Amino acid sequence: MVWVSDIIQGILVGGLYALFACGLSLLFGVMKVVNLAHGDLAVVGAYIGIGVIAVTHMPFLWSIPVVCLLMAVLGYVLQRSLIQSALNRGELTTLIVTFGLSIVIENGLQQFFTANTRGIGVGSSLLTASFKLNSQIQIGWLPVIIFVAAVIVLLVLQYFLSASKYGRLIRAVADDREAALLSGVNARHVFGVAAAVAFATVGLAGVAYGMASTVTPFTGTQTILLFAFAAVVIGGLGSLWGTLLGGIVLGVAQEVGAQINISYEQLAGYVIFLAVLVLRPQGLTARRSQS
Amino acid sequence: MTTASSEPSVPASTPLLEVRDVTVHHGQLKAISDVSLQVSPGQVYAMIGANGAGKSTLMRTIAGLHSPTSGQILLDGNDVTRLRPERRATAGITMVPEGRRLFPSLTLEENLKVGASYARTGPWDIPAVMELFPFMKDRRKQKTAQLSGGEQQQVAIGRALVANPRLLLLDELSLGLAPVIVQRIYDVLPQILESGVTVLLVEQDVAQARRVASYLHCLLEGHTTLEGPPAEFTPEQVEAAYFGMGGTH
Repeated sequence: MVWVSDIIQGILVGGLYALFACGLSLLFGVMKVVNLAHGDLAVVGAYIGIGVIAVTHMPFLWSIPVVCLLMAVLGYVLQRSLIQSALNRGELTTLIVTFGLSIVIENGLQQFFTANTRGIGVGSSLLTASFKLNSQIQIGWLPVIIFVAAVIVLLVLQYFLSASKYGRLIRAVADDREAALLSGVNARHVFGVAAAVAFATVGLAGVAYGMASTVTPFTGTQTILLFAFAAVVIGGLGSLWGTLLGGIVLGVAQEVGAQINISYEQLAGYVIFLAVLVLRPQGLTARRSQS
Repeated sequence: MTTASSEPSVPASTPLLEVRDVTVHHGQLKAISDVSLQVSPGQVYAMIGANGAGKSTLMRTIAGLHSPTSGQILLDGNDVTRLRPERRATAGITMVPEGRRLFPSLTLEENLKVGASYARTGPWDIPAVMELFPFMKDRRKQKTAQLSGGEQQQVAIGRALVANPRLLLLDELSLGLAPVIVQRIYDVLPQILESGVTVLLVEQDVAQARRVASYLHCLLEGHTTLEGPPAEFTPEQVEAAYFGMGGTH
């Protein structure tokens, strides 16, 4: 029964990983940008949440739309300035630029917020609230809420990409940038919108992480970025629902590994990651072939 | 036959498109040398020439995908040389690029919707295009990869038309298509012209170009070797300009 519990916990934490991964997947799928600052941007989202709550004393739930909005603006501006000019110099340049951005963010956060660990206080009642499935399986409400939020975000993203005007333009520019330009589509603006959406999701992911756990200025590269990459690779590049599957596989592997031996938690996740990379490099759900 | 240095004959009305002494480089290579042309409203202006003559480069330069090293491009007398391609499209120049270049992950209808996203006002919309190419109605939900080459070409034309261009650039429509399909595609040209769209096309098939065009312009190695109404030239003259035989090149 303890295994069932581990698997359920793993699935729930997988929702959080999917939340981290979908923005990364979106940026790569649309612009071929491997954003090495992705984890740090999630941490920035968490710190914005912490800062906004500390200054305005607003309820923590209200901080979520504020963070998403600010991150979306940041995403648009960064895309139109830094990332676009890196893209103009070749796709590899974006690796170096986002790596540099990551270092700048980490040191900037440390300067402003110190290296202390912080979290977003959701109140001890929600943090510890749980319900029992039976005498042995106890599930926390917060992981359930985050998982449901992740699924909703993926549904909204799916709808946005497949049915909205900007979603259609994003797919068109990702398919053939030049042909899109010839149709009067301002590809730079469309990339900016895609980045804004991706950054909003990563901001939400950061706030969720800050609620469920704690952050330091270095959480971004130490854990979040690696988990996001692992989830994307396991699930399959360019597939939104693949990131959820990848996140769940990663989460379950970690929980089961930790059950065997607490020091195996990280190891188990990366063993699965490597196994997928070797046995099924296109990921579990390779829906879109990379051309 | 005129040479590259002589002035083209000036049409009576103001040209819709004017290309003035345009030179384009691909890196070190000079692809277009001092080419000038004027397209009047309502014309079917055909660029002909062999592979590598610079026809496509000239089209892409007019559409804004290449920047000329020198020279000017004017639309209705306004200088658009420095205008980005997406702004040129909304100013009234759209192009059906060589190889069709549809969006493969989008359905037929979505491809048309992208074309209509920043459309000018005018007679063309998605229902009108589906009227022009009736096969589209039943297949609007299909991915364009499932369409035949000729159908894809018609979608590409539709995608450019729904933007309501004033000048439609058609780059190598017949490339890789069976002659009967090519003929079917060219059959819609009169309807497009009737709606007030002017057409500038690139065609490797000289006979096809002579049939549809009201004005011919032949390029050879980036230079103009012949231009004028097709009736003014014998097939031998066109052939000489096309291959450069007996000329100065």
